[in-house]
Amino acid sequence: MGANRCAVVGVGQTNHTSVRADVSIAGLVREAVDRALEAAGMTLADIDAIVIGKAPDMLEGVMMPELWLTDALAASGKPVFRVHTAGSVGGSTAIVAAQHVMSGVHKRVLTVAFEKQSDGNAMWALSVPTPFGVPVHAGAGGYFSPIIRSYMRRSGAPAHIGAMVAVKDRTNACKNPYAHLHEPDWTLEKALETPMLWDPVRFIETCPSSDGAAALVMVSEDVADTMNVPKAWVHSTAMRSEPTMFAGRNQVSPRAGELCAEDLYRKAGITNPLEEIDVCEVYVPFSWFEPMWLENLGFAPRDHGWRFVEDGVTEMTGKLPFNPSGGVLSTNPIGASGMIRFGEAAMQVMGLAGEHQIDGARKAMGHAYGGGSQFFAMWIVGADKN
Amino acid sequence: MSEKTGDKPLRVRMPIGIDYKWCAGPASTDYLTGLKDGRLFGRRCPVCELVYFPPRNGVCARDGVMLGESVEVGPKGTISTFCIVNVPFLGQTIKLPYVAATIILDGAHLGFSHLIQECEASEVRMGMRVEPVWRDKAEWDYSLENILYFKPSGEPDAPFDDYERHL
Ligand SMILES: [Zn+2]
Repeated sequence: MGANRCAVVGVGQTNHTSVRADVSIAGLVREAVDRALEAAGMTLADIDAIVIGKAPDMLEGVMMPELWLTDALAASGKPVFRVHTAGSVGGSTAIVAAQHVMSGVHKRVLTVAFEKQSDGNAMWALSVPTPFGVPVHAGAGGYFSPIIRSYMRRSGAPAHIGAMVAVKDRTNACKNPYAHLHEPDWTLEKALETPMLWDPVRFIETCPSSDGAAALVMVSEDVADTMNVPKAWVHSTAMRSEPTMFAGRNQVSPRAGELCAEDLYRKAGITNPLEEIDVCEVYVPFSWFEPMWLENLGFAPRDHGWRFVEDGVTEMTGKLPFNPSGGVLSTNPIGASGMIRFGEAAMQVMGLAGEHQIDGARKAMGHAYGGGSQFFAMWIVGADKN
Repeated sequence: MSEKTGDKPLRVRMPIGIDYKWCAGPASTDYLTGLKDGRLFGRRCPVCELVYFPPRNGVCARDGVMLGESVEVGPKGTISTFCIVNVPFLGQTIKLPYVAATIILDGAHLGFSHLIQECEASEVRMGMRVEPVWRDKAEWDYSLENILYFKPSGEPDAPFDDYERHL
């Protein structure tokens, strides 16, 4: 991509859960960092620069946590950068870290993202009154549910598609020791009996509230070539944004997401994403976003994403597995969720995904979105250098 | 309350509250002063000619230009999409279940959220025509909350094509 090559050489994450009362935010972050460094066979002393990301500070009520996390990350005397793009931040933080390497400025970069949802109240923090509207939204579910209804109407998707995705992701999560929810007994029938929370969105179709952190170690090609560890080569990265509200905005399939995917594929030399990408870790916090993103990312024709779901295309055994890790639907430490997607994509091409490994995965996509579907961050990683 | 369980670290309860002032800018000043008089003002983009209600920051993001003339819109409108909220949450003042709808006012091209009342949640549908129910005039402030909620207007539903491009 006209830049220096960059490889992921260490992926670390916490065992995500609803309440990590045993550690502070600093302790949680350090846990993921230590795991990523151990995987890379490195220590904090080897790191040139650190890039931190998390979702809005109001979620835990700690302003600028990067200031005091520099202690825990042994970052004194090193550059520290904070990235902030709402729920997509885990992805965009990884991209900023990769760009530090691809630009040639740094050779060994550590990136980490986190959320300790149990310390605050994300639903309240996302439902604050504004001077120009009325406070009728009830958290992210209240924001996204009308958009899901629009998708259902436009595409003619049958009502059970959301529950199908949810059962798949929850079942996949049982193969992932780091996932928050391990619920092996879901069936479509049981899923459809769960209550409507934000009608048309059912309980099973929503993500949990998690405490967790994820970290990646990325290095330049010359450093990577000296290391005897599995590697995921960064083939391309892309980010795009658009405002939350403007007249005629396509809220179901935002233009920023389509442009981001086009740019991503072009830079990775991918002309047929459905044929060329082996596995995707895509940000799906409400299960209906799987068919919606299948279309937005150019895998399925418009209004056909739900048919892919119904035909099992996104199952672990399907042509294009989506979220073998169980995805955001099984684990949602908001700020970390994007980095977990990016890290899980890397683990797939490194052959380190354990029980949820997709056999022969050579090329994988990591995806994150945030805000009112207004920030998009994506990368393609591969087992080969390019 | 702060929590101390077993040998786990102490969890200290720490409430935070801040009062803010928001500088409304010219477009939202028109919009909010209109609401104080019981009127609904949006602004038209001079390039795409679409009308923003609310006009928020006074900019059309499609064209990257300042919005132009003030345009009175509504008061009736169409529900483009909606959510039936069954989830209790902190600070909630509305009885469950309630309908939070996206409403496109007549003459406007942007949806905003408001409550639907005076019908069962199960009766609400995309394309339903609605009209505002205002608070007592004595209580009117610079706020969209001067409208208590929207209720069905009794008109026939708008066809899907009328609001599809706002979804
Ligand atoms: Zn315009």
